Amino acid sequence: MSDLRELYQEVILDHHKKPRNFRRLEGDVRRVEGYNPLCGDRFTVYLQMEGDIVKDVAFEGSGCAISTASASMMTESVKGKTRAEAEDMFQKFHALLTSPQIDTTGLGKLAVFAGVREFPVRVKCATLAWHTLHSALQGKEETVSTE
Amino acid sequence: MNVPISPLANARETDASFPVEVYRRDFPILAKTVNGNPLVYLDSAATSQKPRTVLETIERYYTEFNANVHRGVHWLSEQATRLYEDARGKLQRFIGAAEAREIIFVRGATEAINLVAQSFGRTRLQPGDDIIVSHMEHHSNIVPWQILCEQTGANLRVIPIDDAGELQIDAFERMLSPRTKIVAIVHVSNSLGTVNPVERIIRSAHREGARVVLDAAQSVPHMPIDVQSLDCDFCVFSGHKMYGPTGIGVLYGKAEWLEAMPPYQGGGDMIRSVTFEKTTYNTLPYKFEAGTPHIAGAIGLGAAVDYLNSIGMESIRRHEQELLSYAHSRLQTVGNVKIIGNAAKKAAVISFVLDDVHPHDVGTILDQQGIAVRTGHHCCQPVMDRYGIPATVRMSLGLYNNTEDIDALVRGLEVVRQVFGIANV
Ligand SMILES: Cc1ncc(COP(=O)(O)O)c(C=O)c1O
Repeated sequence: MSDLRELYQEVILDHHKKPRNFRRLEGDVRRVEGYNPLCGDRFTVYLQMEGDIVKDVAFEGSGCAISTASASMMTESVKGKTRAEAEDMFQKFHALLTSPQIDTTGLGKLAVFAGVREFPVRVKCATLAWHTLHSALQGKEETVSTE
Repeated sequence: MNVPISPLANARETDASFPVEVYRRDFPILAKTVNGNPLVYLDSAATSQKPRTVLETIERYYTEFNANVHRGVHWLSEQATRLYEDARGKLQRFIGAAEAREIIFVRGATEAINLVAQSFGRTRLQPGDDIIVSHMEHHSNIVPWQILCEQTGANLRVIPIDDAGELQIDAFERMLSPRTKIVAIVHVSNSLGTVNPVERIIRSAHREGARVVLDAAQSVPHMPIDVQSLDCDFCVFSGHKMYGPTGIGVLYGKAEWLEAMPPYQGGGDMIRSVTFEKTTYNTLPYKFEAGTPHIAGAIGLGAAVDYLNSIGMESIRRHEQELLSYAHSRLQTVGNVKIIGNAAKKAAVISFVLDDVHPHDVGTILDQQGIAVRTGHHCCQPVMDRYGIPATVRMSLGLYNNTEDIDALVRGLEVVRQVFGIANV
């Protein structure tokens, strides 16, 4: 049970129930789809840049609690950041889940996802939206798949 | 091979009830703990666990009889060949095939379907012909036919299913025409548990002159099967789902068709003589067994068949039916559970969803309690689309499951509800 509580923390459950920025962006936006064929999670991430700044970011789709909460919290944490800052956050978040050492510096609330480390098959869930954002930041528009 | 099954083997046939606790002890893995809890294995539809007799038979083969088959004049090779061919005979009798040469050893159900599509289908289909599958097929029984359609210009037609997860047989019968060349149909659905009325399907297909490929991957482990009384033209299944090893499976085909079919792969064992001008193919079944086969796998599968026979397929069917209806009624007591697939006849499988909780989360939380279920689309994306869901949680039964396993699942689902804050109202 304790590992489960680490994984399904209140913040995560809250973002799963009430995902933030869960909407479509219209107009001049980048739109990238992320898909996890293992469990069928599918998100569309919308990214609106103003010069070098992430002016707005939102998502739509459906997935498990971990992937939905991660997408929701991602949108909150990168809005208003520069492209380089958002990229840096993606790298840090990815490292939090996959590198041997736990390092939460600069991740703020996103540190709750450290619990996912204990559940290797769920790492893809937590990183799906981030990979999708990463692709959008680079100006790509094809579907991102975690396979 | 004569590895003793267990001292209780003979007592079993006369035992009217089903001593599941005795059988459980035949499966060493069931004694494991997972994440600090005793393993509750409810994923036999993905692959079944293996009884000790299968493990020992394989070990004994490698320690005492290992040699290549059909090739040596030496004693070991003769022994290996005899054991390999004995296994074929066991499989023949197990499914009621008329002759041993109608049993082709392949890697599994998937390879068997590809073999039929490429060898039987490719030589017979013309542009405009129809291949019929159903909406509840495993990807393995869809994709090989799609490939064949692309190669030949044939069309793939799909039998629809209703909300309960039953085939719409009337629609199927209307679909049949003289253009129908192949009907490829699953006997028991791995995602919905539906037992399809294959006798009727085969009869109707034959009236139009179509040939029927029966995907028996999920029926052979759970009920008695007799290919002659079913009268299917081909029947495919995998050893690993019927308590045997991975990497071995069976293609049954009526000798009449197999004889007429060209080889699927070329290599050793499938030929009679080779010159650079002309190669003469071997007779059945060797024509379809190119290269050194999975000898240990086939012998291990033979041991699995012996094991199943020692219990009796009818007893296994009855035990699993009782457990299935127990599971149905227990799952319905769990709030927010919705069962996907409510066919009148089901076997060994229950798919369900839990409102507001994604199957993947359910799977993780159950796993923490040592409960193994499958979550996902179960290689049946068209079924998921039909019900408008991305995935389900699937529990599936083997002969070793008991009511405690079901109770553990129900308790596990209550933990899921607690974690997600949807406790009983
Ligand atoms: C109904 C059905 N058909 C075919 C297959 C494919 O079996 P294999 O992967 O052993 O070839 C499966 C296995 O999941 C199945 O359930």
